[in-house]
Amino acid sequence: MKLQVSNSPHVRDDITTSSIMRDVVIALMPATVFSGYMFGLRAILMVLVSVLSCLVFEYVSRKIMKRNNTLYDMSALVTGILLALNMPANLPFYMLILAAFFAIVVVKQFFGGLGNNFVNPAIAARIFLVISFPKYMSTWTVRSGTFNFFDSLKGADLVSSATPLAGMADLVSSATPAMDVSSLVIGHKDDLPSLLSMFLGERAGSIGEVSILALLIGAAYLFARKVITPAIPVAYLGSFTLLVLLFGHSPIYDVLSSDTFSWSLLANAFYEPAYMLCSGGIVLGAFFMATDYVTSPLTNKGRVIFGIGCGLLTFLMRYYSNMPGGVSFAIILMNILTPHIDRVTMKKPFGGLAHERR
Amino acid sequence: MTLLNDFHFLYLGFHIHLLLLIISVEQIQGGDILAAVHAFRGGVHPKHNKNTDVLPSIKLDDFHEVEILLHQHIGPPCRSVVKPGDYVYVGTLVGAADHPMAVPIHSSVSGTVREIHYVVSPNGNPIEAVRIESDAKFRVDPAISPPHVETKQDFLDMVRASGMVGLGGAAFPTHIKLNPPKGKEPDVLLINAAECEPYITSDYRQMSEHPDEIVDGILEIMRWLNIPKAIIGFEDNKPLVHRIFTHEIAKRVYKTGAKLPIDVRSLKTIYPQGAEKMLIYSLTKRRVPPGKLPHDVGVLVLNVSTVRFLGYYMRHGIPLTRRRITLDGSALNAPGNFNVPIGARIKDLIDAAGGTCEEPQKIIMGGAMMGVALDRIDCGIIKANNAILVFGSKEAKIPAESPCIRCGRCVAVCPMGLMPTGIDVSTRSRDVEGLEFFRVMDCIECGCCTYSCPSKRFLTQSIKNGKVLVRAELTRRANEKKLLEESEKKASGKEVPSDLK
Ligand code: SF4
Ligand code: SF4
Repeated sequence: MKLQVSNSPHVRDDITTSSIMRDVVIALMPATVFSGYMFGLRAILMVLVSVLSCLVFEYVSRKIMKRNNTLYDMSALVTGILLALNMPANLPFYMLILAAFFAIVVVKQFFGGLGNNFVNPAIAARIFLVISFPKYMSTWTVRSGTFNFFDSLKGADLVSSATPLAGMADLVSSATPAMDVSSLVIGHKDDLPSLLSMFLGERAGSIGEVSILALLIGAAYLFARKVITPAIPVAYLGSFTLLVLLFGHSPIYDVLSSDTFSWSLLANAFYEPAYMLCSGGIVLGAFFMATDYVTSPLTNKGRVIFGIGCGLLTFLMRYYSNMPGGVSFAIILMNILTPHIDRVTMKKPFGGLAHERR
Repeated sequence: MTLLNDFHFLYLGFHIHLLLLIISVEQIQGGDILAAVHAFRGGVHPKHNKNTDVLPSIKLDDFHEVEILLHQHIGPPCRSVVKPGDYVYVGTLVGAADHPMAVPIHSSVSGTVREIHYVVSPNGNPIEAVRIESDAKFRVDPAISPPHVETKQDFLDMVRASGMVGLGGAAFPTHIKLNPPKGKEPDVLLINAAECEPYITSDYRQMSEHPDEIVDGILEIMRWLNIPKAIIGFEDNKPLVHRIFTHEIAKRVYKTGAKLPIDVRSLKTIYPQGAEKMLIYSLTKRRVPPGKLPHDVGVLVLNVSTVRFLGYYMRHGIPLTRRRITLDGSALNAPGNFNVPIGARIKDLIDAAGGTCEEPQKIIMGGAMMGVALDRIDCGIIKANNAILVFGSKEAKIPAESPCIRCGRCVAVCPMGLMPTGIDVSTRSRDVEGLEFFRVMDCIECGCCTYSCPSKRFLTQSIKNGKVLVRAELTRRANEKKLLEESEKKASGKEVPSDLK
């Protein structure tokens, strides 16, 4: 009789790295499908190109470095999808492939592969493109005209459009107390999409970030499967909202301290954070990028600090910097701080600390 | 407003990074700035697989021979007091306990001693063993009579003479546990009936079949150790336990008219609820500090089967020669609980219990979470052995390890509040300081971290190796210190030449 010998425990949970990655892929599907609707088939093609190049780079670089094949863990697949979802719809394909190379080879494999990269590969690659090709990374388009298969595939039906974030400041400052809530939500102002169409995703932007609804559906799936804990997204979005409320263009204390208090005025104060949350990549970032295991803290306490840090940096960058959409910069900065957060949030061992008992 | 641009933030970030790096090097020991009060958090929910809990235990006697190991407790081994050819009865002493920590060992069958030889224990250590051929008559030693106890010392001596050790798996000598140092007398007796390991139901059967002896045992201990209160703690996946004990206690209250200070309390079903420190916390909200024992917080914890044996021994005087053991696993024809003589070979046990229906792939002594995988099955079972699991191809799988993805699951489930992934990294880089920083020695080896890891890392194994590294380092430091002191002594001796006077 040949018996297996291994150390205890002898039973394991069913969850595996690849099952987690598979869940993330499933959770990204609504946003991906919506990007196809919003930006045409070129968006879907971008996702496919990005995924394919990520898989190839992963396979080839592991092969060259004489390491084992890691395609089965599906992390390259997740990186590929996230990378494409963070790009504008008319990005040339060679840039996308370059970004995939940067993400997989430089950020991930050069540092030792999955688990050892200190920043999120997809975000690092996006920033790489923002720095290298700022023009391409800041022209935003939407689909227009009637549907034509080949035009759609080539992206020929894309016309450029202003990103809502740019016009945000004017919009808010021009919002008068007389505006009632419903007109805030569905009304149009200065060619900017209404809050409702922002939520549904009918606006310009990176292909995967536009539909908040699709992203929330995916996030709900991740929570249901216990893939992510609420700590990071809640701390991130919560702290960001709070900061906008307090220090935004129409701070809440102005509303509360004004002599002519009215409910519509209060609603107006909440309009700005709501619009802010629906614009840019903050929802995509909070649920899918900041929660990346490898580059976020291990404990829930650490994750809360991480999330608050992201919220603060996003706020600072959106309000005080020259480039809109500070989500990637915020997350990558907090990625860098993660080891330090981990160190200060060590859990207290059951029954007391080592130096307490001496 | 364009006061700053994104690159300013990047520069800022890197400078904060550098600053923190410098600070953290100095503060490496004080990394608990934000640590909060921590309860018994964590734990996991492995499939219960309590397949055998409704099956009455079966007595198995049909063993041609038994092999009784002479080291079945934590502490120094026993000395053999029989020779080949001797006739022994059930309950005849075969291993005498010379050391105060040791517990005597008795024959579990009547028959002839065939051989006293060295065998390899399940842990891989050489151990002396007595091989006894059974005459299948199970004649009890005529010298045996129910014990007579008059003082606390009598009671402790009796406990020791009975051969009692912790039957839940730890094999700690009970007479030591019952005799805490002066000033640390317990004020509450906790009965561990949690049985949180998957598959195992031997304690549960014990409770269903012998509640009277369990309550006897509890009352005896409370009486002789002067403990005012006892609590029986069980997991709420065994609701019958509550009824069993309330019924038993009510019966006694009716008979004697006096109230019994025994509480029966249901606990959340979560592994490792039965781990001593977790159980103490769940039942009393007291926390045993790392490196301390239950008596340091004034409690005494005994396994329910241990207490039952005490009750039995007080009635009959037959030492610990048999125990209840769960046999389960997909490779077995007829899983169940069996009352077997200690020393019965595992091989014979599996055959006597109905044999296997497929080639066993893995055989585990103890539970699925903490047991030892055996490489041979010709050794005899020991006192603390509560289960033998015979895994077929369905259950026995050794998963392939992949890199840690820092998901934090191991950190979240560790009941001791450790960072298993950090310990794992430190062990692999043989970083003893890192191991001490991550407090590797506090680990109770419950296996929750390994169970929950999606990358299938062998965290518990790595942690055990880490403990070995730390122990070696501690010994090395102690030796170094001793050498230093000696050389200092020599040096100071030289300074005062003897011929000066
Ligand atoms: S085995 Fe040790 S480190 Fe792992 S969960 Fe249990 S106590 Fe924590
Ligand atoms: S559970 Fe496994 S993968 Fe997750 S942090 Fe711990 S060691 Fe890493």
